[in-house]
Amino acid sequence: MVIKDQDSTEVLEPQIDGVETVELAEGELPESLLRVRLKLGWAGFKKNWKLFSENKLGLVGLGVILLFALMAIAHPIMRSVGPWQDDNVYDPVIGFSAPVTDFEVVATEADVVDPDSQIDQVTAQLWCFGSVAGDICSINQTPAPPSADHWLGTDPLGRDIASQLTFSTRAAFLLGTIAAVVTVAVATTVGAIAAFYGGWIDNFLMRLADLVLLLPLIPILIVVSGLFTVTMPLLGVLIGILSGFGGTAIVLKSQALSVKVKPFIDAARVSGGSNMHLIFKHVIPNVLPLSFLYMMFTVTEAVSLEATLSFFGLINADMTWGIMLSTAQTQGYLRSGLEFWWLLIPAGLAVSLLAAGFFFVGRAMDEVINPRLRSR
Amino acid sequence: MTSQNGSETRVKVENLQKLYPISRGVFRAPTDFVHAVDGVNFEIKAGQSLGLVGESGCGKTTTGRMLVKLDEASDGTILIRDSATDEMIDVTEINSKTEQKEFRRNVQMIFQDPYESMNPRRTIFDIVAEPLTVQNLGTTEEREERVVDLLRLVGLTPPEPFLFRYPHELSGGQRQRVAIARALVMEPTFVVADEPTSMLDVSIRISIMRLMLELAEELGVTYLYITHDLAVARYMCDKIAVMYLGKIVEMGPTEDLLTRPMHPYTRALLSAVPVPDPSYKRPEVEIEGGVARAINPEPECRFIQRCPFAQDVCRESPHPDLSERGNDHLVACHLVDPQGNWMGAERAVLDLRS
Repeated sequence: MVIKDQDSTEVLEPQIDGVETVELAEGELPESLLRVRLKLGWAGFKKNWKLFSENKLGLVGLGVILLFALMAIAHPIMRSVGPWQDDNVYDPVIGFSAPVTDFEVVATEADVVDPDSQIDQVTAQLWCFGSVAGDICSINQTPAPPSADHWLGTDPLGRDIASQLTFSTRAAFLLGTIAAVVTVAVATTVGAIAAFYGGWIDNFLMRLADLVLLLPLIPILIVVSGLFTVTMPLLGVLIGILSGFGGTAIVLKSQALSVKVKPFIDAARVSGGSNMHLIFKHVIPNVLPLSFLYMMFTVTEAVSLEATLSFFGLINADMTWGIMLSTAQTQGYLRSGLEFWWLLIPAGLAVSLLAAGFFFVGRAMDEVINPRLRSR
Repeated sequence: MTSQNGSETRVKVENLQKLYPISRGVFRAPTDFVHAVDGVNFEIKAGQSLGLVGESGCGKTTTGRMLVKLDEASDGTILIRDSATDEMIDVTEINSKTEQKEFRRNVQMIFQDPYESMNPRRTIFDIVAEPLTVQNLGTTEEREERVVDLLRLVGLTPPEPFLFRYPHELSGGQRQRVAIARALVMEPTFVVADEPTSMLDVSIRISIMRLMLELAEELGVTYLYITHDLAVARYMCDKIAVMYLGKIVEMGPTEDLLTRPMHPYTRALLSAVPVPDPSYKRPEVEIEGGVARAINPEPECRFIQRCPFAQDVCRESPHPDLSERGNDHLVACHLVDPQGNWMGAERAVLDLRS
């Protein structure tokens, strides 16, 4: 057998030994093509899963993503049949709940003997306007620390943190999914078309990609949010386009170039395939694994970008992790350190963990797609 | 071998040219051209195969690619008989999509590299059925049946277990059989085979060649067989054309060309065929160096730089025409007389190995 340099094709064939395929006995035709394809797809999935599961970090990432998925599902369940049914208490946006403490109003600050039950007259005006010494002033305690009713406490406006956290998970997944799908669609199409046609089309698209790559993402999004009302789906599309047109398109174009010169492209052309057939049936399927990898990194980027923009109050959304952090900041709790940890840690950790989860999965997928990175 | 005497012409190539411009930058029009194929003429009769022989870079693959319209010809005409209408159609003039589809049904190609000529992400069924799918012929069941029939025809029996395998699960020989099945699925009348056996193990080469000959007989396929191996050409072809630097230098019926080579280049090629006899003394026709550059070649004989027999006439006159030297044997050399006798020096005295 001719010894061939498999280096170039390796990237395209995430396959290992002991391949499982659908085997047909002699004279037996498959009952339906769709079923055979599903079986083949399942066999391919099992094979790649075996490779993926060898990477512990990837499994951790997948576990984290699943955990967040459970959280996203948990919110509507808790709100409809679980313990969070009360709209006035557990609504992530307009809910309110605070333990009430009665304070005895005293004349001056010097008269306060027990700060847990007494309050001076001047300070008391903040809560009980017009109160004088001797009155009783009832104060709603916000933010409240974690308790049996509020597992992660309440925020400075008396809203339940646990409810907000799980509610925001859905938005994060929605944003990540939209950004990822748009990135893959834009990057593979742009990359494949640039590589396939070459010439001025290639030049135009790649210079555009360079331009997008050079644009600073956050300032651009800040400007865009000033001009338009940026909702979460729109943000997803924006991030998808910006990241899909930039670096990802360039990487996919280089991969598509190596596919384009393969003889099977010529073979398909001789079969009568049009340019569109060649691009969508031959070039794109062969760059798609790489594009899935970049999809994971886009999700990571989108999750952290959303937190950044929400933190500055630039996103039009009911509740997100970034808005939770933003609330803590605008109410002045950001610099109070860990005294009010439940305002910062849950949302901050959620952003970092979900971003890290997708990143780890991306790294593990990289090993499946790119055999040179495998430890064996 | 399939020879039907007096049968119709299936392919006729006239003055075929392919020039590749050498870029001189964005703003300057190219002035230099690589003459990859430079004025090639040949004719293939129905059911016959023509072997196109030559060393790497002589333009044989480019010729083949132009015949299947993978590359556009710079000049010249390629006439291929359409199986449906029985008319000669000029391939270089095909532009519309319907014409192109009609043409693809009629003319197919088998590629050199069975490892790279199949999309690794598609199953054997997808690969073989692709021409049917893109041309929208038949229902899924009909396509399935057709693919099974063809796999059986090319010797992949039983065919069903192969249908939903991926190319990487097959051996080189099996893959090339699949490639042949793909080329024949549309029942073409003309197939360009671009060194289909050169990447294969020697032991499976002969079976693939035998298969191709059987199929030619059975389905009435005409081949243009591109190869660098004279032994393969001898086995496969009724006629052989020897190409050098974009030009055909000698063309004739296989046995006649091999037993009575006239052009110094053909003689050199033949003398380079290994003989399994250690005491064998090689005839002293040696040529030096590799293929010369084909960038803006001088009008003189293309072979002159490597020809050990070159005389003044070769340097002074333009490249000789390919002309008949008896028995349908055409040669382009100043030193061969019209009867096919050699007029040059008896043997070359150059010792090029020193």
